[in-house]
Amino acid sequence: MQDFRQSFSHAAQLIADLDPTLIEIVLLSLKVSLTATLLACVIGMPLGALLATRRFFGKWLVSVVLNTLMGMPPVVLGLLFYMVLSASGPLGWLQLLYTPGAMIIVQTFLVLPIVTALTKQIIEDAWSEYQPLLQSLRVGKWGSAQTLLWDMRTSLLTVALAGFARAISEVGAVIVVGGNINHLTRVMTTAIALETSKGELALALALGMILLLIALTVNALVFSTRQRVTV
Amino acid sequence: MKTINSTTPMSSLVKFTLVQVLMLCTLLNPAVADNAVLVQSTTSTANSGLYDYLLPIFEKKHDTRVHVVAVGTGQAIRNAGNCDADVLLVHAKSAEEKFVNDGFGISRQDLMYNDFVIVGPSSDPAGVANAESASEALTAITAKQAIFASRGDNSGTHKKELQLWQQANIDVEPLSGKWYRETGSGMGATLNITIGMGAYTLTDRATWISFNNKQKHRVLLEGDDALFNQYGIILVNPEKCPNVNAALAQQFIDWMTGSEGQQLIADYQLQGKQLFYPNANH
Amino acid sequence: MNDARQNPLLPLELKSVALTIGGRPLLSGLNLKVTTPGVTTILGHNGAGKSLLLRLLHGLGTADTGTITWGRQSVAATAVKARQAMVFQQPILLRRSVAANLDYVLQLPHARPILSRKQLLNLASLSAVASQPARTLSGGEQQRLAFVRALATGPDIMFLDEPTANLDPDATQWIEDLIKNARAKSIKIFLVTHDIGQARRLSQDVIFLNKGRIEEHTDAASFFHRPKSAYSQQFVNGVLPASPQSAQ
Repeated sequence: MQDFRQSFSHAAQLIADLDPTLIEIVLLSLKVSLTATLLACVIGMPLGALLATRRFFGKWLVSVVLNTLMGMPPVVLGLLFYMVLSASGPLGWLQLLYTPGAMIIVQTFLVLPIVTALTKQIIEDAWSEYQPLLQSLRVGKWGSAQTLLWDMRTSLLTVALAGFARAISEVGAVIVVGGNINHLTRVMTTAIALETSKGELALALALGMILLLIALTVNALVFSTRQRVTV
Repeated sequence: MKTINSTTPMSSLVKFTLVQVLMLCTLLNPAVADNAVLVQSTTSTANSGLYDYLLPIFEKKHDTRVHVVAVGTGQAIRNAGNCDADVLLVHAKSAEEKFVNDGFGISRQDLMYNDFVIVGPSSDPAGVANAESASEALTAITAKQAIFASRGDNSGTHKKELQLWQQANIDVEPLSGKWYRETGSGMGATLNITIGMGAYTLTDRATWISFNNKQKHRVLLEGDDALFNQYGIILVNPEKCPNVNAALAQQFIDWMTGSEGQQLIADYQLQGKQLFYPNANH
Repeated sequence: MNDARQNPLLPLELKSVALTIGGRPLLSGLNLKVTTPGVTTILGHNGAGKSLLLRLLHGLGTADTGTITWGRQSVAATAVKARQAMVFQQPILLRRSVAANLDYVLQLPHARPILSRKQLLNLASLSAVASQPARTLSGGEQQRLAFVRALATGPDIMFLDEPTANLDPDATQWIEDLIKNARAKSIKIFLVTHDIGQARRLSQDVIFLNKGRIEEHTDAASFFHRPKSAYSQQFVNGVLPASPQSAQ
């Protein structure tokens, strides 16, 4: 019980002090996870829309694979990208391992299946309704995908938030490709893991509370814009 | 799988975006490695705060950055073997020598030492505190079938622990899952588990002193020569790994093993206790 | 009525058009020539193939055999497709404002708008709700919006698939006025309806389908006053067709 009370006062203290190390870690967490979510949306939403509106051989297989990849353990993806980005790996020459860039890449791929699969589901439902109209208006495949994405934008915002939640909360992938290097690749979750391993449980829990606070803020911001754009 | 033509633009789209993402990330991070030393390190040196104390001094002096990836010794050696390091700083002498003999590293040097300790609950059901040696302590734990948490992760501490069981003539392999529990985790996580289960475990002294969740656990056995814990430092071979920043890395190693680094190591204290004892041959 | 402008997509000609889906012949042996402007109404019982025929005429599906030509061009020609528009029984409105629904169509690359957004809104009496989300309108308003949105591309041909089936008499009156307005602009209209009264009020000619075949194609006056077959007669008089049970 004492740990809980200590955690709350720790968290309050860290926030009140605007602890520079904490701010650095929070900003990096946001930079990495927001960029990864954005990239995953830029790639995954059009991809999901195309998968939804096109018919092709093996479509069910793509759906099954996508849905399976949603459950990919972050640490496995992290290992995969470690091997690819390692100096002795095929993309070692990019010198990305242990940089925020590597963390963005691995989280992008972590979030991509979620964004694509959920977008596909949402767009499929909308497509079954819009299809006669868009075909009648001779709107092409790309145009149809664009129209559906735009019209379902409020639902897709929730998809983006689900992706962001996955990214900001995972530790397995970023710790392997980022290395949890102080002042370079340390983010909220890896800092929490580190403090836990140092037995600083109250501090770790305080960081967890701050992480939730950030997620809450992002969600609140998104929902307030959603209120404004809903049509 | 048979594909119809409509899928072709999509796969090229995926390829296109992949390349874009990689390019973007490269732009985001203009070569970090150029003026920085990348150290693959054991966790104990990092978790104890030694680096936070030492590295800023070196960084300031040489206008550079030292990046530390703290993982178990086994993983640190593997990562360095993949050329993902300039310097390796771990504590498993025979594995380190093998690393050098295999050509991955250039000349291993002693850096510093401290010792391992056996920690356990204050109630000490197995009577480890009364043991004269590590072997006796482990024999007592076995006799009592008291819970023992092992790292089980091929780390330096894990290797040392297996060596101690061997010296006590106890085969722990068939006991795993009974009272001998392999956590497969780092030292800190294993200590948390040890506390949670009221178990015994082997830890390096630096990690134990800096560990902040001791509750009713304490050091029960120390001082046996068998518990000696030597840290070594190795330059990763630039002939094997062309990306190694050899000049700067060598400068870092020279500084650590030189008089300034050694003195600073000796000076570093936590809670009024010295954690590491320098012993580089200079 | 203003017939001064020659509709470039007329005549419509069908030669031996047939379509079988899942082993069931849904349309067969369709031969047809439509030269008249105004409203051509397609009548028939459920399952007669009315909506399917409409879709084929609009190029939304292709027949197994036979040819469909509009003004001697194939139904598949882009020039033909771009000059047609369709209104559905259940209006499909974009999740956008009323005005944005019209803008979407007005900005299509193949659109040749003859009316501005403002004129279209006036025509449907929707100016006051232009900025409202389209899906918050009443059923009648939604169908009016769908109608003027179809009009927005500046089509030569409009297909109306039971446009008033879900509407009350008032709302139906609105739509019929819009149909007359379109007809006055020399837009050729193909109307599928179950409302015999509506067919009488609007039609220039009637295509009567029976089980995927054209039972009769004649001018409206002839069809409603002197149907050729007994089957057509029954339909016009509102007599229910023999049920499967009573046929046995």
